[in-house]
Amino acid sequence: MEQLLAILVGVYICAAIYLMLSRQTIRFVLGLALLSNGVNLLIFTAGRLTPDIPAFVPFGNVELPAGTVANSLPQALILTAIVIGFSFFAFLLVLIYRAYQDLGTDDTDEMKLAEPEAVMPPLGY
Amino acid sequence: MVASPESSINLASAFVVLPTPLADWLVIAPLIICLGTAGLLTVLRKNLQLQFLATLVALALVIATNSVLLWRVLETGPVVMTMGRWLPPFGITFVADILGVLFALTASFVGFLAAVYARLDISELETRYGFYPLLMMTMAGVSGAFLTGDIFNLYVWFEVLLISSFGLLVLGSRLDQLDGALRYAFLNLIGTTVLLVATGYLYGIFGTLNMADIARKAEGLSDTAPLTTLAALFFFAFAMKAAAFPLNFWLPASYHTPSSVISALFAGLMTKIGVYALLRTGFTIFPGEINMFMGGFAIIAGLTMLVGALGALAQNDFRKMMAFTVISGIGVILMGIVLGQPLGLAGSIFYSLHSMVSMAAIFMLAGLMHRQMGTPNLSESGGLYESSPLLAAMGLVLMLTVAGLPPFSGLWPKVMLVKAGLDVGAFGLVGIMLFSAFLTMLAFGRLFLLAFWRPSPRGSQPLVLAVDRQNPAMFALIALTVPLIGIGLYPEPLVQLSLQAAEWLLNSQAYIGAVFPEAQLVPAL
Repeated sequence: MEQLLAILVGVYICAAIYLMLSRQTIRFVLGLALLSNGVNLLIFTAGRLTPDIPAFVPFGNVELPAGTVANSLPQALILTAIVIGFSFFAFLLVLIYRAYQDLGTDDTDEMKLAEPEAVMPPLGY
Repeated sequence: MVASPESSINLASAFVVLPTPLADWLVIAPLIICLGTAGLLTVLRKNLQLQFLATLVALALVIATNSVLLWRVLETGPVVMTMGRWLPPFGITFVADILGVLFALTASFVGFLAAVYARLDISELETRYGFYPLLMMTMAGVSGAFLTGDIFNLYVWFEVLLISSFGLLVLGSRLDQLDGALRYAFLNLIGTTVLLVATGYLYGIFGTLNMADIARKAEGLSDTAPLTTLAALFFFAFAMKAAAFPLNFWLPASYHTPSSVISALFAGLMTKIGVYALLRTGFTIFPGEINMFMGGFAIIAGLTMLVGALGALAQNDFRKMMAFTVISGIGVILMGIVLGQPLGLAGSIFYSLHSMVSMAAIFMLAGLMHRQMGTPNLSESGGLYESSPLLAAMGLVLMLTVAGLPPFSGLWPKVMLVKAGLDVGAFGLVGIMLFSAFLTMLAFGRLFLLAFWRPSPRGSQPLVLAVDRQNPAMFALIALTVPLIGIGLYPEPLVQLSLQAAEWLLNSQAYIGAVFPEAQLVPAL
């Protein structure tokens, strides 16, 4: 199971990198969304896939149940990462749409406003 | 891969019912103040005057709590607080040691003066769009990143910082801002995703996210191969945040686009957070692995210094020129990390603190110059010496400070670094540092010549806008410059503090001991 998920993570990250190499901003953002999902899967896999009993402690009892207990921390980490990734995805979608509207292009090579063609500084008075 | 982490952990430390001592709340006080104020300010959206005053009061309080925290750390050693009293390694731990508190204190000082400067620089419309809440969220992210002792929490603070910095960067929505923000957002998000990958692997290997716990377990780990990969991923992510060559391209592409106060805040704080995280993970968690990467770091440090200085020479837009001096400063800091030993690291820490203040100040200077002349281009500027002698004086002081000439604060960390470099025989790096300082001085010399001394190309009457002595922006600039002169004249206290911070950093036992006071409670892996 771990091997399968590891391959899946690899596929996600490859696809993400392929998309992010594109000049179109929308492909880049889709690639970034894929990347963050691949990373979430990675954390999930790195936290061990164990079919253990859930980590509930009976009321009034500070002893853990016998046997190995599933680890819920990776899920908490992924949940945090999903929320953060989702909010960034939303922000970026708005940003690239606005950039597309105002700059009239979604090709990063044609966005030259922040970095116009280099002008040499004057060499004297 | 090591054995299942559950087997070796003593659960007793998760079941402590005693409340946290009240004094320990001090560690998270800066965060509580920043987050609380940010929330309050969004409610006060109609009262812009009150927003400004509340921000000033809150940031003054943050400076005060950080100062008290520094005093306490110097008195009693690192101050530790764990959320919910789930003692380490269970809860999220905040640790204040000299390094973190020094950075946090300087950052809050810069943040406070940025808020003062914003009075001039941020228009009413931009204030309505939420400049002050975003500023407070940025300061919350900065304080959190400097004070946390948990690696996943560090990632979360990076993201807090990043999302509020996006908000600040597009504030006003001018076209070049959108373009710059795209570049900044894309590259920084890749950086934080790599950080998340590294954190996931780290959890897979150690089964813990507490920095002190990781440091403890890393010492006893027999198979160090995964650690090397991990360290490489962390160093990549943090080098990207710090804008080290060849990961520096987002910085000059975006820093000149927003309002100058936002550039000043970013130039002062953002890259230094990358530096701090590099120092923290490198020396507290992976002291063995960072030594393995030193050869690479030396090359990166040299190239970063050269690229920054050469880039500064080639710019016509003086705001971009200053963005490149941020990069060459990062090279100097990396050089201190490579030299290691207390002296090199202390030089690096001292330079980071100096760089926070001086970079913020020089971007504020650029903002005032731009405002006064109406253009950021060297080819069209001139006449500032005639129209604003005070600004010219500030400009001269700041340019000499950044280039590292006496009697200002840039000199002393460079003296420490040169001494450390000569001690270990790193003549190449020392030579490159001095050469890049020379190139920086050339670039600034030309800036001073063209923008200040040259008569205004528009004719004899200088264009006087809103810059005068009563101006809040001028006040902020002077308040940032005075400490730089003061430290240049009397550097001894800061030298001692940096040396002490470097010694604590090199000897992580103090840090681990502060987080795990009873070492027998939780046996090491």
